[in-house]
Amino acid sequence: MENSEAARTSRRNALLGVNLLRLITLLTALPVIGVIVYIIVRGAPALSWEFISAMPREGMRAGGILPAIMGTFYLTLGTAVFSVPLGVAAGIYIAEYAPDNRVTRLVRIAIINLAGIPSVVYGLFGLGLFVLFLKFGTSILAASLTLSIMTLPVIISTTEEALRQVPNAFRVVSTSLGATRWQTIKRITLPQALPGVITGVILGLERAAGETAPIMFTGAAFFLPLLPQSPLDATMALPYHIFVISTSVPGMPVEIQYGTVLVLLIFVLGMNVIATLIRNRARARRQW
Amino acid sequence: METAKGERWITWIIKMSGYSSILFVSLILFFLAREGFPALGEVPLKDLFGARWYPIEGYFGIWPLIFGSVLVTVGALLIGIPFGIGTAVYLSELAPAWIKNILKPIIEILAGLPSVVLGFLGIQLAAPFFRQFLNLPTGLTAFTGAVLLGFIAIPTIVSISEDALNTVPSAYRHGALALGANHWQTIWGVTVPAARSGLLTAVMLGVGRSIGETMAVMMVTGNAPVLPSSLNALFLPARTMTATIASEMGEVATGSTHYHVLFFIGIVLFGISLAVNLTASSLALRSRKRAERLLS
Repeated sequence: MENSEAARTSRRNALLGVNLLRLITLLTALPVIGVIVYIIVRGAPALSWEFISAMPREGMRAGGILPAIMGTFYLTLGTAVFSVPLGVAAGIYIAEYAPDNRVTRLVRIAIINLAGIPSVVYGLFGLGLFVLFLKFGTSILAASLTLSIMTLPVIISTTEEALRQVPNAFRVVSTSLGATRWQTIKRITLPQALPGVITGVILGLERAAGETAPIMFTGAAFFLPLLPQSPLDATMALPYHIFVISTSVPGMPVEIQYGTVLVLLIFVLGMNVIATLIRNRARARRQW
Repeated sequence: METAKGERWITWIIKMSGYSSILFVSLILFFLAREGFPALGEVPLKDLFGARWYPIEGYFGIWPLIFGSVLVTVGALLIGIPFGIGTAVYLSELAPAWIKNILKPIIEILAGLPSVVLGFLGIQLAAPFFRQFLNLPTGLTAFTGAVLLGFIAIPTIVSISEDALNTVPSAYRHGALALGANHWQTIWGVTVPAARSGLLTAVMLGVGRSIGETMAVMMVTGNAPVLPSSLNALFLPARTMTATIASEMGEVATGSTHYHVLFFIGIVLFGISLAVNLTASSLALRSRKRAERLLS
């Protein structure tokens, strides 16, 4: 009898525990869905052709957000220009060249360290090196370089991982046919790993596009109703613009706030969706 | 011969790119030090670690800011650990495939939400809600910051914890089930303990994520750099180290004492993130080695 009593208790506990885990997961996931839906519902009415194609008017309380959209576009592009070649090359080095020695361990520690540095500290660094020391001023160039270094660890580690997934037999066969190490990488390994690399690159750039703290003192302008003419111009940017209109502009129409947030979300989550599609398609097609 | 020369060039470029991370970390450290260490000469150490942050009158005590960061981070972990690890356990041990296919993208979306967007939602939704619900004079408190940070830390904790749980050999689970343990007993008695160093890594990285988070925290914690006078500090406005840098750097004169102290705070943050990440990665290394030993 006692035995079955104990069995009943443990069964009850198990049911309780499993349901608790279900509840916890639900409480984690539901707010995310809720928040996305809410932003779409509140932000959609603000979206119009004028909103995404016109300059802001009346102290940003009316008109469009074109300079912020273009600014984020240029910053993301600038970040890609610097971080993609460097990050992919570094990933190739670690996956294909690096010997197992102390220097390589140091490189790994440096990458882990870069990945953990708070975004606002990147902002300080960008201010100290690019804006002041190299005299780029508050500019797209300085902000892009700052964002690039912040994005590097993501690109490096995803490139490394994508290359490591390519079966070793590919390399062995290529080398045995007389290809050099670089020829093997260029013709065999990198093309095979390319979808993974692209996914990582997009995810890294997605993060850069949404960042505020690193660009606050390196390139973002509070209000600048002009499109940037050169990389040495400062620019408005969507994330910083959201910060500005939700904290520092009295009497800001809520509709425009939600609309701007929605535009940034479309930008950022759109990149996420593209990355996911590339990954899934590559997985389905892969023959190894 | 032409290709051999090209090959040498390419190899050299790739190698230098690989080493560039070391260069960047050194550069970051150097420029933080260059702008931050003068603070030590301008403000006596006793005052720098004093209890009052009021730069306009020359009070540069960073304790209230350190306290603010710790308070908000601890609060975030109280939410992030149970929800993050709970979700990871559910995902890896219990969830059927179709639920996983829905949940994983949701967690990825959460990870991809820019922190300024979460800060905006904090101002618009969370702060008014907590003000009414908890009957506070203002909703912009350390508590609101902690809740947002908890959600920001969750994706990190979930994905690292899930990896850790997935590396537990399934023989463990089968063994436990064969001995008559039910699902719940297997999870708590076998799987979770076996993955504990990985789970600890997840928590450490969650700490790193929380302590370095800037925008969301700056927007919702009410910007009050004060040391607590009582236990309900969690429900009062606060100010973290990151928020202080972000909100004051725009207004200081380059080269002033205030400017140098803000960089000094950056050095403190750099040191904390270095310590947290190195601990996390050494934990991860240890758990991987143990897993390899067990599986071989």
